[in-house]
Formats: sequence, C-alpha cells, structure tokens
Amino acid sequence: MMTCAHTQPLLSAYFDRELDIGKSLEIEAHLRECVRCATALQQHEATRAAFATPSLVFAPPAGLERRLHTALRRAAKPKARFFMPWRWAAVPLAATAAAVLSWVAAVHTSGRDAVSSELVSSHVRSLMVDHLVDVATSDQHTVKPWFNGKIDFAPPVADFTADGFPLVGGRVDYIAGRAVAVVVYKRRQHIVNVFIWPSGSDADQAPQTVAFQGYHLLRWQRSGLTFWAVSDVNAADLESLARLFQEPQIS
Amino acid sequence: MQESEDVQRFERIVMPHLGAGYNLARWLTRNDHDANDVVQEAYLRAFRSFDRYRGGDARAWVLTIVRNTCYTWLRQQRATESAHTTDNVDDGVAEIPADPATEPEVQFIRNADRQLLREALEALPPEFREAFVLRELEGLSYKEIADVANIPLGTVMSRLARARSHLQHALLRRMKEGAG
Repeated sequence: MMTCAHTQPLLSAYFDRELDIGKSLEIEAHLRECVRCATALQQHEATRAAFATPSLVFAPPAGLERRLHTALRRAAKPKARFFMPWRWAAVPLAATAAAVLSWVAAVHTSGRDAVSSELVSSHVRSLMVDHLVDVATSDQHTVKPWFNGKIDFAPPVADFTADGFPLVGGRVDYIAGRAVAVVVYKRRQHIVNVFIWPSGSDADQAPQTVAFQGYHLLRWQRSGLTFWAVSDVNAADLESLARLFQEPQIS
Repeated sequence: MQESEDVQRFERIVMPHLGAGYNLARWLTRNDHDANDVVQEAYLRAFRSFDRYRGGDARAWVLTIVRNTCYTWLRQQRATESAHTTDNVDDGVAEIPADPATEPEVQFIRNADRQLLREALEALPPEFREAFVLRELEGLSYKEIADVANIPLGTVMSRLARARSHLQHALLRRMKEGAG
C-alpha cells in the first residue's frame, strides 16, 4: 500500500508517464484515496497548462541563422583557425562542465542521515522504468560475474526464491561518492535493494534498523562488507533477508 | 565560392534545431545578447566536432553542446559576480507538502500570467531550470534529458520534481503577496 511518503517523490515522474505500469497503478490507487497527493498532481497539471503559453518559448532573433550560415562557411576554410569572432575565447569545456557538476554534487548534508537519504533516493529511482537493474536475471551465476570489472570488490549474490526473495538482478550505483553493488530482490510485489560496499574494517556488525521517510533500512557488516537493505516492506521481512545473507553457503 | 559538403550536411541536420538550442540558451543565460553569443559559439563548436556525430538524435546532440557552452558562460558569470548563490540543489527526494493545495491555489497557478511564470522559472537554479525547460517547453523524455545534461535518469526525475515544487511554491508566494 503506497503512502504519501512513497507517492510524493514519484508523483512528478508519474505525471510525466515515466514510471512502470506497476508503480503507476499503485499511485493511482493512492490518488483515489488521498486528497493531498491528488491536489499535488492537479498542481502539476496546472503548472504544465500555465507554461504551455507559446510566448514562453524564445524564438531565435531574426538574422541569427543567416549569421551562422556565414560563420560556418568561414569556419569551413582553413584560415578559420585564426578567426575569433566571439567575445570570449574557447576554454576546455568538458573540464569546466565537470567542475560545475561536482560543485552541485558536493552540496550535501552529512552523517548517516545523508547516506540514508542517498539510499532512499537510489531506491526510489530504481522504481523508474529501465532503471531497476542493469543485468536482469534470476540466475546468481550471471549476476556475480557481471559485477567483475565494474566494481573493485566481489559482492555475494544468491537467489532466495525458495525463501520468498526471488533474485531480480543487479546494478551499479553511486552512494557517498563511490561505486557500489546493488543486488535486487522481490518480496511479494515489493522491491528490495541490497546495497553492498567495502566497510573498511573486518569487524562484523549485527543488523540494525533505520527508518527514513517511511522506508525501512537495515544495515549490517560482514566479512569486510557493509550491507544496506532498503525497501518499503516491513522490518521483519528485511531481517529475514539479512539472515539469509548471513548463511555460510553464500559467497 | 564552392560550398563545402560538410556545411550543407551540417545545416540540413543540425540547423532545424536552432529554435530548441536558442530557447535553452535564452533560459540559461536569461538575456538575449548572451543567448545569441552562446548559440553562435555552440554551433561553431558543433560544426568543428561534426565528424564525431554518429547519426541518431541530432537535437539531443546539439542541445548537449549548447548546454555545455551555457555552463561555461554561467561559470564565468559566477566568477565575475563576487557572491554566487548557493541554492540548495541536492538531489534528495521531494518534500511532502504540509497542507494540500486549495482549489483557488490550483486555479492561480493555471492562470498565472507570462511575467510571473517567467520570473519564477528564471529564479530556479540552472540545473532545475534546464530540466524543466527541456521537459515542459521542448517536450524531451527523461532519457533525452539525461543524455543532454549528462546525468543519470534518476537525477532527471528528482530535479524535475524539485523544479516543479520550487515553481509552485514561488507562484503561490506571489499569490499571497497579492499578485495577479
């Protein structure tokens, strides 16, 4: 059952018809019962209607195409190398764009809440069309080698269909500035993302539950790896999955 | 003068997207003069790297170059203006509104005049503004926006959600101040 906390982050993508059919149906069911989310959707519709004003699209000024036409012909000739018509010189664009992007990425809150927030965001994004898994298969022997070369550690991958957690696939994601493995399971109609990365210490830690914005996060450490399971299933289900990961036959 | 085949091919494939390129540049630079310069620079840049265009979506290809040229310009603006804004542009999930919007509020947004809409959109941080312009004014899909802005699909989703939320808050703030 979707709650407002689950619906709100997805509502804009639902409005754009960019969610998969399963999520869309869940959101529609929630919208029938929740005035707050239904009016939030109406606001999106009103915003789109308002911005559909044609005069908000700026048309190129008269003469721009003609000036380009001339400039292109001049640039096509070899001496164009010495022709510098614009107010500022060319600079390495890729580098500056990257700098802007990393400045954007650097604006973040700190501490474990920040990690929880990133994990929940990643979980929410994974529910979008074509974003859940990079390698979609219930075969653990396909998922495991797929991670080779994409990340610098070997995450344990196993299929737990017999225990009610069928393996859906895997993907690589970025959490707290590093590439992490994500092993994806299904629990009834819900998705569970298990994020795995090296913990930097060999100390094992028993599972601990963290609640964040209506999601359950379960964190544990084992054999030098940190695990975070994230889902909207209940905490007990996540603990069952964590126990399966603790079993010795997993590698 | 013999026109080069390259120029003709470039004009046939890339020039039809001049409108989209200019609109994006105009919204990112927020003035006609700089939009003009940026688009000319971007189109020359596109022409020089046209041998790397491998077919496919020419609009997304040239919008990427226009966008990158705009960001170079924006970065230079930030360097010259002593204090740049530190808008919170984190990509976290959207907040849950405290109260549902009322019917008059929804109507106010729907009927907001051009000036109000323009000010609200121009006030957004550029990362949100470009996502909104590409989606609502140019009709790009999330996948196309991800390609143009070189960001993951999930970031497109969160930026659009936040862009909409910021815009709606800004418009409703004006409503309470008695605009319109």
